Amino acid sequence: MPVDLTLAQLSNELVYASMAAYACALVAFAACLAARPGRALEPAAAPAGALAAQGEGGVGTLTRVTSGPPAPPAPPASPGRRAGNIGLALTWLATLLLGGGVLLRGLSVSRPPFGNMYEFSIASALAISAAFLVLSLRRDLRFLGLFVTLPVLLTLGLAITVLYTDAEQLMPALQSYWLVIHVTLATICGGALCVAAALTVLYLVVDVGERRTRAGRAFRLAPLVDRLPSAARLDALSYRVTAFTFPLWTFTIIAGAIWAEAAWSRYWGWDPKEVWAFITWVAYAAYLHARATAGWKGRRAAYLGLVAFACFLFNYYGVNIFFSGLHSYSGL
Amino acid sequence: MAGHSTATAAAPEPGAAGLSTAPAEDPSGPRGLGPVGWLRWTWRQLTSMRTALVLLFLLAIAAIPGSVFPQRTQNLPAVNDYLRDNPTWGPFMDRLGLFEVYGSAWFAAIYVLLFVSLVGCVLPRTVTHLRTLRQPPPPAPRLLGRLPEHRTTTADADPEQVLAQARQALRARRWRVRTGSDAVSGWVAAEKGYARETGNLLFHLALLGILVAVAVGSLFGFSGKVIVKTGSGFADTVSQYDEFSPGRLAGADQLPPFSMTLDAFHADYQRGGRQNGAPRSFEATVTSKETPDAAPVTTTVEVNEPLEVSGVRMYLTGHGYAPTFTIRDRSGQVVFHDTVVFLPQDGNFTSTGVVKVQDTDPPFALQGIFLPTAAIDEQRGPYSSFPAADNPAVFLAAWTGDLRLDTIPNVYRLDTTGMERVGIKALTPGQSWTVPQTGHRVSFDGFVEFGAFSVARDPGKLPALVASVLAVLGLALSLLVRRRRVWVRARRAADGSTVVEVAGLARSEHATVAGDLDTLVAALPGPDPGP
Repeated sequence: MPVDLTLAQLSNELVYASMAAYACALVAFAACLAARPGRALEPAAAPAGALAAQGEGGVGTLTRVTSGPPAPPAPPASPGRRAGNIGLALTWLATLLLGGGVLLRGLSVSRPPFGNMYEFSIASALAISAAFLVLSLRRDLRFLGLFVTLPVLLTLGLAITVLYTDAEQLMPALQSYWLVIHVTLATICGGALCVAAALTVLYLVVDVGERRTRAGRAFRLAPLVDRLPSAARLDALSYRVTAFTFPLWTFTIIAGAIWAEAAWSRYWGWDPKEVWAFITWVAYAAYLHARATAGWKGRRAAYLGLVAFACFLFNYYGVNIFFSGLHSYSGL
Repeated sequence: MAGHSTATAAAPEPGAAGLSTAPAEDPSGPRGLGPVGWLRWTWRQLTSMRTALVLLFLLAIAAIPGSVFPQRTQNLPAVNDYLRDNPTWGPFMDRLGLFEVYGSAWFAAIYVLLFVSLVGCVLPRTVTHLRTLRQPPPPAPRLLGRLPEHRTTTADADPEQVLAQARQALRARRWRVRTGSDAVSGWVAAEKGYARETGNLLFHLALLGILVAVAVGSLFGFSGKVIVKTGSGFADTVSQYDEFSPGRLAGADQLPPFSMTLDAFHADYQRGGRQNGAPRSFEATVTSKETPDAAPVTTTVEVNEPLEVSGVRMYLTGHGYAPTFTIRDRSGQVVFHDTVVFLPQDGNFTSTGVVKVQDTDPPFALQGIFLPTAAIDEQRGPYSSFPAADNPAVFLAAWTGDLRLDTIPNVYRLDTTGMERVGIKALTPGQSWTVPQTGHRVSFDGFVEFGAFSVARDPGKLPALVASVLAVLGLALSLLVRRRRVWVRARRAADGSTVVEVAGLARSEHATVAGDLDTLVAALPGPDPGP
C-alpha cells in the first residue's frame, strides 16, 4: 500500500494548527485563573442557609428545603469566566484539529495511526484533551484547563521534534486488529490518567494551602489556592477519574496479553513493556487500596497516585527509549 | 421495642469509618497472649489492608530489576554476555536471582504472601457479604435530620400513603426495601449497590484464578523453538526441537504426534524511504498433519496468525537464510552436502554460520558470512545492505585442524584455537572454490530461507482468560457501582400536614446520595400546590 504524501503532509499541518490553538487556549485558561474571583469573594452559602432556617422554623411554607450542600450559586459573568469559556472553545477547536491530524495520518497509510512513537504521542495528546473535554461537559473544569493544555502541548512538542517519524507501513508484528483495541485503550487510559494526575497535583497544592491557612501561616501559592476548588473536591474528582480508568487499564493489559499470545506464543513473558505495565497496575492498585486504609488516606495516597502515573509515563517514554524488548516500535 | 437498639446501632457514623465497607483493623499488638494469640495476631496483621499495601509496594519494586537486567527465560545469550562482562558482580547478582527475577524465591515469597493476605481478607468478607445479601436493610435511624445528606418536605397525603409511595418508588428503581415503624414514626429503609462488594470479591477471587491458571500452564504446558528450512519438515518429538522446555508435570511423551513441512517462505521489505529494508510481511506456507496417517492440510502462517494443530500452536517468530554447500575431497568424493542454517546478525540479515566436516583428511571446517545483498566496505568488511536476496553471496574462511566436536557441540560456532586458516574466498551461487592446501572443493549451490517457529501448548490459557475477564468485570462493578442507603420517615405534624423526612448515606468512597434523594423526593406526593 503506497503512502499518500499529500494526506500525510496535511496531517502534519493539522497537528501544527492544533498546537497553535492549544497555545491560545492555554493563554485563555491562564487568564481565566488569574481573573477568577477567589473563593473568599464568591457568594457564600447564605441563601441556602436562610432557606434551611425557614424550614426548621416549621412555618407552614411550601418551600422544599435543602440543607445538604448548598446549591452552587449562579456565578456572575466575570472576565475570568469569559476567558475560561474562550479557553474551552479553543480547546474544542484544537481537539478537532488534532483529531483530524490523527485521522489523516492513518488515512495516508491506510492503517490505524499507531505505528510508531510519533503516532502514539499525537494520539495520547488527543486522548488527554478529549478526556478533559468529556469531563468538562458535566462540571465546571475551567480551572483545570491550564493544567491540561500544558501537558498536551508538551506531548505534541516532543512528538513533532524528537519523535517525528515519516508515515510508513506497519511492520508485520503490528498487523493485527488487536493493535486498534490494545493501543486505543492504552491511549485513552493515558489521557484520563494524565487528567487525574493533574488533579492530584492541584489537590496536593490546595491541601497544603488549606492547612497553612488553618494554622494561620503564609503560603506562597495562596493566590492560586484561592482560585481552585477545595482540596476535598479535587481529591474526589481525581479519585473518580482514576477509579473509572483502572478497570480500563486492566482490560488494556488483558487485550495486550491476548495479542501477545497470538504474536509471540505466550500471553505473558515479562517483556520490559509488560513488566512496567504490571508495575503501573500494581501502583494504581496500591493507590486505590491506600485510599481505604487508615493512615494512608489523603496526601500519602495522592503521592502514591503520582508515583503510579510516573510509572505509566516511564512505561511509555522510558521503556521505549532505554530498554530493548519485543515492544520496539518507537521508530526512534 | 426491638427496633430501638438496632436503630441506634445502625445509624452509621458520618465519619470515614462508617463509609468504608472494609473490616475494622486493630493495629495494637497482642497483650499477654499465648502462642495462639500470637498466631491470631500475625494472621490479622497479614490480612490487614496495611500489609496488603506494603506487599503491593514490594511487588512493584521487586518487578523492576527484571526489566533492567537480562533475564534467562527471555534472552539467555544476553545473560551469558552480562556474566562474562561483569566477572566480579555478575555471579553475586546471579545468586540473588537477578537474572531470573520472576522465578526467584523472593519474588515468589512476595506474591504468595500477597495472595495469602488476599485470601485471608476476602474469605471472611465473602461470608459477611453472603449474610448481608440475605438480610433486609437496617432500620431507619431516629433522627434523619442528623445525617449529612437529608431533605425535609411536607405532603398533604397521609403518612401511610407517603410511605407506601416511597416504597413503591424505591422498589421500581430496584432498591432493596424494608418497612417498619417505631415510636417516632413509620419508616422505609432501602439499600442499593450490593453489586459493589460482589464485584470487589469477584475481582479478588478472579486474581486467585489467574494465579492458578498460570501455575497450571507452567506445570502442564510446554514450549519449544525450532528452525525449519524451506522444503524440510518437523515432527513433534523432543529430539527435533532446538530448544525445549516442558512444564514440570508435562511428560515429553505427551507431545501430540503432528508433523509439518515448510513449503515456501516469502518476505516483503520496504524499498526506499527512511524505513528502507523494514519488514512489511512474512508468510510461511505450511503443510501439516495431525497424525502420521492424517490427511495433509496446507495453511499460511503469519506473524499474528499461528498454525493450530492437535492442540498445539506453532508461531512464526523469525526467519533467515540457509546456504547449501557441497564439499568434495581431493579424490572428488562428496564429503558434505547440506543446507546449513546461518543465523542473522543484523536487520539486513548479515548472517553467520559454520560447516564442520570431521570425517575427511585433513578435518575441514568453513566459517561463513551469508549476505542476501552483498556489499563491502573498508571499515566494516563484507556486510548486507538489504534484507532481501538481491545480490546473494557468501564470504568463506576455510580452516583445518582439530574440530573438537566432542567438547564444542554448538553447530553455529567454531572454536579456531589450535586450528589453521587455509584460505578465504567470496562465492556467489553456483560458484566453486578449491582450497589449495587441503585440496577440498567447496561449491556454493544456492540457498533457501528458513522459518523460526515457537511451538507451545498452554492448558492454563483459557482459564486465565476467563479469570481475567471476570476480574475486569468485578473491578468495574466494585469501582463504578455506588453502595448507598436511604430512609424515609413520614409523620403527622401538629397542623395536620404530613412531614416527610428523607435521608441517605453513601457507603462507598466519594459516592453521593444527593441525586437519589432528589429523585425520591420528586416521586413522593408533594405539598398542596395552592398558596
